Amino acid sequence: MPDKKGSIFKKKAKEEPVDAGNLKYVGQSVKKVDGLGLATGIAGFVDDIELPNLLYAKILPSPHAHAKILSIDASKAKKLKGVKAVLTYKDLPRIAHTTAGQGYPEPSPYDTFILDNKVRYVGDRVAAVAAETEQIAEEAIKLIKVQYKVLKPVLDMEKATEKGMPIIHDEKEARTIIPLNYDPKRNIASQVKALTGNMAEGFSNADHTFENIYYAHYASHAANETHIVITYLDGQGRLVIRTSTQVPFHVRRIVAERLQLSESRVRVIKPRIGGGFGGKQEVLIEDICSALTLKTRSPVKLHYSRSEEFIASRTRHPQRIILKTGVKHDGTITAIDMDVLMNTGAYGSHALTVACNTGSKVLPLLRCENVQFKAQTVYTNLPVGGAYRGYGATQGYIAMGIQVDEMAERIGMDVCHFYKMNHIKVGETSPVFKALGEGREGVLQTIESCGLDQCIEIGATAIDWYAKKERYERQTGQIRKGVGMVALMQGSSIPDIDMGAASMKMNEDGSFNLLVGATDLGTGSDTILAQMAAEVLDVPVEKIIVYSSDTDLTPFDVGAYASSTTYLSGYAVIKTAEDIRSQIFDVAAEMLKEKKADLYVKDSAVFSKKTGKNITYQRIGLHSLYEKNQHQIASVKSHITHKSPPPFSAHFVEIELDMDTGKVKVLKYVAAIECGRAINPKLAEGQTEGGVLNGISYALTEEYIFDRQGRMLNSGFDNYKLFYPADLPEIRTILIEGYPEPTGPYGAKSVSEICINGAVPAISNAIYNAVGIRLRKPPFTPEVVYTSINK
Amino acid sequence: MIIKLIINNEEKEFTIKPGDILLDVLRREGYKGVKKGCGTGECGACAVLLNGRAVNSCLVLAAEADNSRIVTIEGIGTTEKPDPLQESFVEAGAVQCGYCTPGMIISAKALLNKKKDPTDTEIKKALDGNYCRCTGYVKIIDAVRMAVKKMKNK
Repeated sequence: MPDKKGSIFKKKAKEEPVDAGNLKYVGQSVKKVDGLGLATGIAGFVDDIELPNLLYAKILPSPHAHAKILSIDASKAKKLKGVKAVLTYKDLPRIAHTTAGQGYPEPSPYDTFILDNKVRYVGDRVAAVAAETEQIAEEAIKLIKVQYKVLKPVLDMEKATEKGMPIIHDEKEARTIIPLNYDPKRNIASQVKALTGNMAEGFSNADHTFENIYYAHYASHAANETHIVITYLDGQGRLVIRTSTQVPFHVRRIVAERLQLSESRVRVIKPRIGGGFGGKQEVLIEDICSALTLKTRSPVKLHYSRSEEFIASRTRHPQRIILKTGVKHDGTITAIDMDVLMNTGAYGSHALTVACNTGSKVLPLLRCENVQFKAQTVYTNLPVGGAYRGYGATQGYIAMGIQVDEMAERIGMDVCHFYKMNHIKVGETSPVFKALGEGREGVLQTIESCGLDQCIEIGATAIDWYAKKERYERQTGQIRKGVGMVALMQGSSIPDIDMGAASMKMNEDGSFNLLVGATDLGTGSDTILAQMAAEVLDVPVEKIIVYSSDTDLTPFDVGAYASSTTYLSGYAVIKTAEDIRSQIFDVAAEMLKEKKADLYVKDSAVFSKKTGKNITYQRIGLHSLYEKNQHQIASVKSHITHKSPPPFSAHFVEIELDMDTGKVKVLKYVAAIECGRAINPKLAEGQTEGGVLNGISYALTEEYIFDRQGRMLNSGFDNYKLFYPADLPEIRTILIEGYPEPTGPYGAKSVSEICINGAVPAISNAIYNAVGIRLRKPPFTPEVVYTSINK
Repeated sequence: MIIKLIINNEEKEFTIKPGDILLDVLRREGYKGVKKGCGTGECGACAVLLNGRAVNSCLVLAAEADNSRIVTIEGIGTTEKPDPLQESFVEAGAVQCGYCTPGMIISAKALLNKKKDPTDTEIKKALDGNYCRCTGYVKIIDAVRMAVKKMKNK
């Protein structure tokens, strides 16, 4: 049998995508490599180790939304028995930075200090304590006396840039480290503009124009494990940071910089992570905990409470989107003008890039020559925005997904047909790809795989779209039903910026250690990367021992964000495994006395095509380490991407609306997704189901409620309403196969983010179908719905 | 003070302070599978079986648990000898980050100890004190159904 496992990395893949029939491990719902350890409770999360003399850290939060610190007196706290250290801004280097865990140079403004003499939102950190017990630490922070000069806060993003508003970042250090349109004196954290075509012409060619205002609101990632870090010194006095992060290598770089250490003095370990969803793409608490360890020379743990997680970690950036479009009678879109105002809260974490993604992950979906995108991100004295699954696209699809429904209705075309007619097709590009990047120009790309038509068709059938849509348009009575849909795209990685690497070595039993910088935070990336390595080497997945993200041991990876791991790090793993296979052939050629070119791998052994002679991996491993020409079969390879192929999806929802209470209940949700080839279908479904439910609760119940001073009033699971098992509607995920991405590892694209973007627009459209009103400002709580239908 | 417990069929004695929370004591004593998600009884990550009932150990004073039988996730099964529920959670794809998994399995175990063949509604109700952000619960409910089948075939 000839070797069918030739490199899929070279051009070959472009002409003939890997035939699914040849794949043994990829495309299979292999069990998660860490699954049983997690299900038996033995897999180690950050907090699951014991360290002698561990100290507990607590943060003193600001009670004011905007205030200058006039004086801090920590003497009483320091004197309390069991207190080992108290830090205020006076004790730490004043180095402006961003907490955004992005690649260097970060496009987010440097506007944050480990501790500062000014506080900018309720919950902002004022001081930190390390003590022998949690109780002592809590007592100690109460003993810190702070005198504030309370300043007028900025609590409305729509007024943040008005004349006379207080300046939130009046410190001289606030800046961006790459040339960007940063204007803190006007409370502007970022601004971006892009234009292709001619807007006046576009709108003059339209038969119908649309203009409406849409909103996206604050939300918490609500990962089950809140932010936690344990820091300690190793046997050489180096700082070890064991942290719940999506970006271990950025943690190393950024903490070293903030604490003026060399990276060589810092090790970051990412153990099992209890969910991230973007919230842990942030270098948030590692710095202060490290500072406490450096001060006390003791291990220190800082573990956010749920309330701190809501208020003082990161959130989804709220947005106001003014969307204008022009459409012809026949459904041709002549112009799209999207104007985004985004609230980044007190600090500008991901302030530019989330706003850019609102355009760049939404606008290319629809063919249109005349497109204008404007975004302005403003500071307010409210909780801080950050990366959140969907990353701006979630916000953008609220506007686009609802307005497309309005367009289709106006011209009398079914919205499914409207999407099929207008969406970007294989072989096409969008000027927006180039116009909008991540802090710089974007990368031009052509679509090479797209199964959106099939997503729409199969999804429509699964929900019985056409019959129900018509039937629900004419209802009376208390309980009404409605269906709604939306089409979506996202991206896979940040092209020409993100890098992922893997290393691998062979052991004498024919097993392999696969070390990746890629950061499994519950997503299953360890498993799908093992599947790819297993496929190249034709060994069972159990023979691939995966270890992820330890800056001392594994090679670099930017981390888990931007829907990049499968598409980016996957290729790094394939390249590494291919190199290992080549080295295995070298040893086997010598042992079998055959030509390397005649060899192929099959079932953990090397075979000769010519003679049929074969030798097992176990023999090769043993031979290479102990017998002759001893050496370690090992390799390390890196990968960068040059495009960001979008996965596509169509979401359909059926709802029930109670006219007497305004309560909207989701009856059924169908997510048809085309993500290229799903490396592990069950895990891809799981990503989708989780994202969908998160989207549904964002649409219906999740919201931050503030008082007039900017204090969050519902920072707990008891009054911030999330969905629990009994709230679960029927969710059906349909993976659309048959559209492998030519540039993707085994044809894969991303899957993790796209799924969260559909629920708000689909549910809004379903409410319209049910009762004929357009809701453009989620969450669609009973109060909002009731008030709107009774206006 | 000293409390006596039977944890995972082993008799144990722990020295505690009167205000100690059961969750903290269990974790301190090495039962790290018991997780802390909210500390206020809202997420179920810290669930254990207390005299056969699934309870949030963050809401129980350790002193209250004196002389009781406790089962933590470590007592349900091991990687060598997993419980059908643990196997099913892995096979069904119900484990993503895995932080909620021990608590979910404990709640499911309490249900299956009482009911051999629960309906979907009963499963959802039994798990309704357990929060998960990763999975959307779909595969968690699949996993419990799968475990029911496995246990029938045993």
